[in-house]
Amino acid sequence: MHPAPSLIFFSTLSGLGLGLLAFLGLGLAPTEGLTGLIFFALAFALTGAGLLSSTLHLGHPERALKAFTQWRTSWLSREAWVAVAALAVMGLYALLAMPGLRLAPLGWLGAVLCLGTVGSTAMIYAQLKTVPRWHQPTTPLLFLGYAITAGALLSGRVSWTVVLLIVMAALQMLAWRRGDAALAKSGTTIGTATGLGGRGRVRLFEPPHTGGNYLTREMVFRVGRKHRVTLRTLVLVLAFALPALLLLLPFSHWLAAVAVISHVVGMLAQRWLFFAEAEHVVGLYYGQSAA
Amino acid sequence: MTALPETTERKLGLVIDLDTCVGCHACVTACKGWNTQNYGAPLGDDDAYGAAPSGAFLNRIHSFEVQPDEGAAQTVHFPKSCLHCDDAPCVTVCPTGASYKRVEDGIVLVNETDCIGCGLCAWACPYGAREMDPIEGVMKKCTLCVDRIYNEALPEEDRVPACVRTCPAGARHFGDLADPDSDVSQLVAARGGMDLMPEQETKPVNKYLTPRPRDEIDVLAPFLERVDEGPKGFLGWLDRALERL
Repeated sequence: MHPAPSLIFFSTLSGLGLGLLAFLGLGLAPTEGLTGLIFFALAFALTGAGLLSSTLHLGHPERALKAFTQWRTSWLSREAWVAVAALAVMGLYALLAMPGLRLAPLGWLGAVLCLGTVGSTAMIYAQLKTVPRWHQPTTPLLFLGYAITAGALLSGRVSWTVVLLIVMAALQMLAWRRGDAALAKSGTTIGTATGLGGRGRVRLFEPPHTGGNYLTREMVFRVGRKHRVTLRTLVLVLAFALPALLLLLPFSHWLAAVAVISHVVGMLAQRWLFFAEAEHVVGLYYGQSAA
Repeated sequence: MTALPETTERKLGLVIDLDTCVGCHACVTACKGWNTQNYGAPLGDDDAYGAAPSGAFLNRIHSFEVQPDEGAAQTVHFPKSCLHCDDAPCVTVCPTGASYKRVEDGIVLVNETDCIGCGLCAWACPYGAREMDPIEGVMKKCTLCVDRIYNEALPEEDRVPACVRTCPAGARHFGDLADPDSDVSQLVAARGGMDLMPEQETKPVNKYLTPRPRDEIDVLAPFLERVDEGPKGFLGWLDRALERL
């Protein structure tokens, strides 16, 4: 799939912001006074920037409000509702909590809605049977795990963060492993796509057009094998190993800041790979093969 | 409304005969032409007269080669457009309700004034049947020429999709696949019509007819007298002279 920058920034930034908001809601990060204001401002800014970025890939952003209508069937519509509810509840919670009136149940509700938003985003991808790499239970687990880890990291829960980083590194490797085998395991091949598989080996003889088209640009994107290994290593080092090491050193704000930056850069690389590695079955009609 | 209807009264669709299709792309051109001038926004093109033209098409012809374990490979021309699936995944993912499946005839359509151009429906379709219009920013797809098939201003023989009307080989058939007595249903029954990617569980309405086995070379061919006995005259002398060298 085409790694659109708007979608990469959306899912990374909103994941960071919503993770931090969930921790603020649960009272696991400082919510009072000036410190509270800084934390809330950071969390809302990240979430807001992410959500705005998501509208950049729309053909008609001025009609975005219509996306609230189909929550019965569409995860994208559900995401819109849960995101607005999360921002509204957490906004009210923040306004009350900063002067010192922290309503715990309101915060819990907000935290659930924040993680619900991340989960809905993940389900937009995980529901797609057409992209076997995404159509896995690891997809929502990864999105939620990254958000919770970001929340722990940004709210300064050092020991939680280290444990979460280790767990997430393992989960990420499992997701890659399962993902690499997913297309072959899905049973969809050029043989079933053309219905000609029973007659022999099928290969693309001529594409429909000499140039590319919307489908090839949007869905038939492949990362070179070499870059895949390099980028995955980069994700493991930047998102997990380096932040964990820095946090295990005697605590300083500078080291923590470097850990945050490293984790975010690693997350951006992970999201780029999430899209770029994903094989859409329509690629089979364009001569793309499994693995 | 993006909830799919439980059942549709009719299932209008296409039956495409891979045995007959000659890969001329006439249906592609007819489709592009009709859908640029009629229902909805014109089918847009980017850089149409420039160095890298690219545009939205609702029907594209791929050509595949099938190599059996034994014998000669076969080229199969493969037209592909929306299959108007009963369980259309493109419809349920739509956040705005722009995508819908009609109860009366099962046609899957996009209401272009509601489409926000998010592209999720194109991701959900395994067949690549939906393409974003590069000019309008809305999703385009086969309408089964909904503006032809019910159009009483047209002569009766023209009330079929443009691709079917234009096919010079008669490889495309249009009709109601819910009616077991319709021509298309009988054709599907007689020829063993198949679904594309049945494992994706989209229950496509359109069916494909597989190519028949090609004529085999006569088993007696090796024993027949050879027609060509080698070059004669000057060329024959040259051939023999060169062989001796």
